[in-house]
Amino acid sequence: MSKADAAAAILWVGATFYALFGGADFGGGFWDLVAGWDERGRRPREVIQRSLTPVWEANHVWLIFVLVVLWTAFPPAFSAIFTTLYVPIALAALGIVLRGAGFAFRKSIVGLRERRAMGAAFAISSVLTPFFMGTVVGAIAAGNVPAEGNGDAFSSWLAPLPLLIGAMFVASGAYLAAVFLVGDARRAGDEEMERYFERRALGAAVVAGAFAIAGLFALHSEARYVFDRLTAEGLPLVVLSLLCGAALLVVLRRGGRWPLRPLAAGAVIAVVWGWGVAQFPYLLPTSLRIDEAAAPDATMTIVFIVFAVAAVVVLPSLALLYTLAQKDLLDAEH
Amino acid sequence: MPLLDLLPLAASESNLLAAREQMAFTLGFHIVLSCIGVALPATMLVANYVGLKKGDEHALELAKRWSKAMAVTFAVGAVTGTVLSFEFGLLWPEFMDRFGAAFGVAFAIEGIFFFVEAIFLAVYIYGWKRLKPWAHFWSGVPMVVTGIGGAFSVVAANAWMNQPQGFTLDAAGKVTDVEPLKVLFNPATGYESVHMILAAYMVVGFLVASIYAVGMLKGRRDRLHKLGLVIPLTIACIATPVQLFVGDTAARGVADHQPAKFAAMECIYETGPDQTEYLGGICTDDGVKGAIGIPGLDSFLVGWDTDTEVTGLNSIPDDEEPPAHTLLHLSFDAMVGIGSALLGLAAWFAFVWWKRRDIPRTPWFLRAVSISGAAAIVALWCGWIVTEVGRQPWIVQGYMRTSEAVTEAEGIWFSFALVLVLYAGLGTGAILVLRSMSRRWREQGAESVQSPYAPQSEEAP
Repeated sequence: MSKADAAAAILWVGATFYALFGGADFGGGFWDLVAGWDERGRRPREVIQRSLTPVWEANHVWLIFVLVVLWTAFPPAFSAIFTTLYVPIALAALGIVLRGAGFAFRKSIVGLRERRAMGAAFAISSVLTPFFMGTVVGAIAAGNVPAEGNGDAFSSWLAPLPLLIGAMFVASGAYLAAVFLVGDARRAGDEEMERYFERRALGAAVVAGAFAIAGLFALHSEARYVFDRLTAEGLPLVVLSLLCGAALLVVLRRGGRWPLRPLAAGAVIAVVWGWGVAQFPYLLPTSLRIDEAAAPDATMTIVFIVFAVAAVVVLPSLALLYTLAQKDLLDAEH
Repeated sequence: MPLLDLLPLAASESNLLAAREQMAFTLGFHIVLSCIGVALPATMLVANYVGLKKGDEHALELAKRWSKAMAVTFAVGAVTGTVLSFEFGLLWPEFMDRFGAAFGVAFAIEGIFFFVEAIFLAVYIYGWKRLKPWAHFWSGVPMVVTGIGGAFSVVAANAWMNQPQGFTLDAAGKVTDVEPLKVLFNPATGYESVHMILAAYMVVGFLVASIYAVGMLKGRRDRLHKLGLVIPLTIACIATPVQLFVGDTAARGVADHQPAKFAAMECIYETGPDQTEYLGGICTDDGVKGAIGIPGLDSFLVGWDTDTEVTGLNSIPDDEEPPAHTLLHLSFDAMVGIGSALLGLAAWFAFVWWKRRDIPRTPWFLRAVSISGAAAIVALWCGWIVTEVGRQPWIVQGYMRTSEAVTEAEGIWFSFALVLVLYAGLGTGAILVLRSMSRRWREQGAESVQSPYAPQSEEAP
């Protein structure tokens, strides 16, 4: 494996973590949005708030990680993506601002009206942000980002594949979140909420699966290179994702107390890496290869060192945070 | 946008102006929140430590309140920081394309620090109730280290833009080799990063103290308020005198490394020895108008000798000269002036405290402290104006012009307008939330203060 390929793998590791934790975080916002008005949605909102509050900030640092690795290790790709897809990227940034502010302010505001407005800002942007991020990924996969940048600002992402991937991002985030929330409700011994999120996990899984299948058709017509590799080299990962998804459906239907999270996470991880394998060796199919976009070796070495330090320092800290949160040693009210 | 047609600018110049304004505005907004992220943890932990060591429940209450306030500012700061990293690509794609491989390294390191800080902040904020008191205290300590480390790496990236080194370019201007240590430890890193870290401690120290000074002026003279004033003010008073030395070193560094920036901030037009130090005034091509001049002092400050030759703006090629000389000059003077006034305030406080272990009795002291926080923030902004506007027309000093770095995307004025509205809401929201938190605490009353560690405090070692 060349240094550039290793750096690309690090980029994908970051993207995987973001898809998992950031995705679930957005999904929590999605369920908040559709929980119903005030009294009806109060209980699920409480569950969502309790499980998101201590971890949402850490969940989003993965996005910064991805951006920094991209611009340090593959500067031309970063620049090409941002000069072409600036519209959805700016809209995603707008969503990030509204979402963070809404979430941070909502807890601390007393007035019902303000709290509602903040809650709405949080919930709506939880849907729009992953949608626009999905269109960015879809536009890249479709080969709509030229290596030299400054591609078409609108037709690049206003196409069936990017829009479908955007919808799939929202659905799979909702699916992940629902599965995580089932676990949180179980731990809290709240059977009503456990059933509530089980039903939603099931629904979201079906919808995400439907988008994924529609996405395959769109890949076939808009992103032939990615489609061909996905159905050849990437096939084991696609199958793995399907198996995880199917197993989860069975477990949910049966209502057994099987571990849900590894299955849900497995399905998402397999898709992210399936995408990576399908694009290989391109960062921007089919105009910019990984090795063409790569920064000099010394820069890559630093990226590796930073990644190693992150693995040694950040991951254990993160594990500590999640463990404390799961053991209810962190109190969201404070 | 019809209004823009009134501006006598070519499309590309118009884009550049919009991008620069948006970057300046979002950076100016974010920098205040970053200061809080860098320096509030230490302030909070001092209160926490005092509280645990001496069983002082007021100190613990302060630590707890500050941590709750930080939960809000950190969340807003994380958001505005994310916006900045998007802006690198949205506004300055050519800069990142050409130099990301060189200076991106600094951000990669900063990323780690920020990540760890976010994690331990969450543990600290949400761990008050259920973690053991000393375990909880120690969970906050990583934030102090990561705050300083993060500030160092980000400022190293900025210092590199002022003093680029540690990379090799090929004929096409592409970076072909990088020496990461030279990038990180460029000649400007030392003075810029220490200057900024101290600035963060000054901003936070004076800002937090000013909040309690306002409360005391309103007659809330309880122990909680006094402690809330004394702890942060002491920290600021330690940072301030050191800052003057570091700032002085930084100015000499700028004179050495970026003579054009130095000439503009000191309003020097003719190269030569025996330069006058101008305080205030307006810079014109015919020299400085309306300033107080101290003959020879400028040369003396640069080289400890009035014979020291200082480069003037007339020796700088026109197309490499920074714009807005008066703005630069007055910003620099305002920063130094505010810093000196804060030093005076620090000395006053330190002297009276040394004499009789109390704050000065006169309300004028509280009045001075109550504006010191805002003053420190103004000084911070002025410093960044000097750094950034003073480097223009370069984005990477001597290597890349800002005009070459800017995006060709349309609608930057629109995005700037949107950012203004959005950030106005963000700022208002943050202030309203912080105020409502403070009102709630006040209604609970200082007397009702109980140890936040309530059920466990007896077991505390």
